Order: sequence, then C-alpha cells, then structure tokens
Amino acid sequence: MVEFTLPKNSVIKKGKTYKAEGATNICHFEVYRWDPDSGENPRIDTYEIDMDQCGPMVLDAILKIKNEIDSSLTFRRSCREGVCGSCAMNINGKNTLACTKAISDYKGTVKIFPLPHMSVVKDLVADMTHFFEQYTSIKPWLTTESEAPAEAERLQSREDRAKLDGLYECVLCACCSTSCPSYWWNSDKYLGPAILLQAYRWLADSRDENDKERLDELDESFKLYRCHTIMNCTDTCPKGLNPAKAIAEIKKLLVERDHL
Amino acid sequence: MSANRPLSPHLQVYRLPLTGLVSITHRMTGVFLSMGLVLFVYVLFAIAAGEGAYGAMQAFMSFWLFKLVYWGFIYALFFHLVHGIRHLIWDFCKTFERMTLDKYAVYELIASASLTLITFVVS
Repeated sequence: MVEFTLPKNSVIKKGKTYKAEGATNICHFEVYRWDPDSGENPRIDTYEIDMDQCGPMVLDAILKIKNEIDSSLTFRRSCREGVCGSCAMNINGKNTLACTKAISDYKGTVKIFPLPHMSVVKDLVADMTHFFEQYTSIKPWLTTESEAPAEAERLQSREDRAKLDGLYECVLCACCSTSCPSYWWNSDKYLGPAILLQAYRWLADSRDENDKERLDELDESFKLYRCHTIMNCTDTCPKGLNPAKAIAEIKKLLVERDHL
Repeated sequence: MSANRPLSPHLQVYRLPLTGLVSITHRMTGVFLSMGLVLFVYVLFAIAAGEGAYGAMQAFMSFWLFKLVYWGFIYALFFHLVHGIRHLIWDFCKTFERMTLDKYAVYELIASASLTLITFVVS
C-alpha cells in the first residue's frame, strides 16, 4: 500500500553524539539506531571517527564504532569484499554494500540507514524473511525433463554460458529491491528486481527445461508487471548488474510467446 | 514481538536518481492530463454551444492563471508523450546501459521543453 510517511513508531528521533577527543582528521557518521528492548522510537546517533585511525571503507568505520565506541551497534557483515551481500544498507541516500564503498567517495557527513521500507529487527538489521521467501517461490534451481546424460554433466556451449553473465553475479543483497518504490508499496505481491533478475537467470539458462512453467508463474499483474522501469534498481546495484534489463527481457519473452 | 518493529525510512532518506524523478513526473503528468481532459471537454462544449458560451470561455481562458494551467497541460502532454516513447524503446530491451540513463533522461527533458516552446511560437 502506498503510504508516504512513516508510521508513528518509526519516526526518527535525535540521538546521542560521541566525540573523538584529540582527533584532527574527523569524519561524522550518523547511524540509524533502534533497540527492540527499549520501547522507544528509532534515533540517529552521531559518531566522530578519527580517519587517521580508520580503514578506508564504510564497513571499516562501522566496525570501528562497534569495537571502540559502542558495542551495542548491530549490523550484518561477513566477507568484507562484496561477495556475501550481508552488509547492504542505505548510505547517503543510496543502497550499497558498506564493505565495497569507500568513505572518501562522500563529502562530509556519512548517513547510514537500514535498507529502505523494511521491518527493522535491530539497528541496521532488516528482516529479510519475506525477501527470501519470494526467492524460494521462483524455484531458483535447475529443473529438467530430459534424462540426465550418463557419462557427463549437462553441458553448455560457450555462447549459452555467456548468456548468464550479468545474472549469476547477483549476491541477493536486496539493494535493488529495497530501492524500488514499486517494491516499497507492493512488496507483498510484487517480486521486486532482485528476485526477477534471478527468475530471468533460470529462464536464460540453456540447461533449464521449464521455461513454460516459469513464465506462466510470472505472467501476472503484480509479480512482474508492477515494474514501471523506474530504474532505481540498476542505478543502485553495488555489483553493477542490470535488474531492470532482466525484467524487460522477461516481459519480452512473454510478448514473444503470447503474441508473436 | 515483530508487531512493534519500526519501518525503515524510505522516501525520507532515498535520493532518487534522475530516472526516478522522471518516472514519478510521468505518473504525475498522467494524473494531471486526466484531470485536464475535463477542461478540454469544457472548451469543446463552449465551441459547440454558440457565440455567447464561446466568448465566455475565451475570456476565462485568457486569464493569466488559466493560461498558465493550459500551458502546463501542454507541457505535461509532451513530457508524457516523450517518456512514453522512452518506455517503448525500453520495451525492446534497448538502452538500459547504466552509463546512458542520465543522458537519455536529459534528452527527454530537453525534447519536451522544446516541443512546448515550438508550440508556443507557432500558436
């Protein structure tokens, strides 16, 4: 449902400021905080970070806050090199991975929020349950009808393999889906760019033999067609992929199948 | 437990790229154009209803505020048309390259403004 303002319990209050005493090269980090046990509304805490004592990436600064200033700060992170997709968050108005984003890319204060329009579990941790349920719904695995070859794997030509480039690299960080206004208003029914890119990844796979069923499943006014080519997804993808194009390819497959 | 979980900020913090702004403008001009059709019907009605009604309509439409509204209507029409064509090109799975998106959005803004200007000069 379209609701432009935040519900009462989600309105953000001003929080605390943590000074970096004696530091000369300071960068301010404003971080969204919400503690489920406090019963209070979310707040923005401001941390002064001594950049002479901090690594280059936004994740380095967040880790520094947790290690040295406020150990209660909660966030997801794992690989610190952009392959796990855990540290997706909204940094200065755009969704990206904190681990691959350099602090020096920003001028002045760095403002960090959880992925937009999501239910917050704590601080920067959003509830991804629904997102991954939607991922499950598109059957993200190889499905076949034909007999498996006795002597080898199901092989693919170089050309067919190349069709998966730009699709298989997706790490399901949800930056794109949570940047999409359509997904904000209709995430209960609309699959969103990340899941649709994954859906196309299996449609584009020459080894998969279930295109008909996959397309039937998507051919519905909400699941696919809530995409209005707003392009926030492609604009924000930290892996440089193009979910909007993948969605257009699905729409084209449906037109070709049903009308040509 | 999850009932009191807050919703993370969205429109409040998200910085829409130019394509996003063009997209929402497309939607708003669509709504504006639908409403403008009522005015359009009024104009047609006045033309059909004879000299008196026509004169009244002309006086009404010459008022600066309504002039502004109908030039806004004409701009909205061209903007909606141009972005509609953009959608048509997208539907062929063309011009999705990330580096070109802003460029095309600027082309759209220039095209819609130029078409409005040409209409103004010609009329």
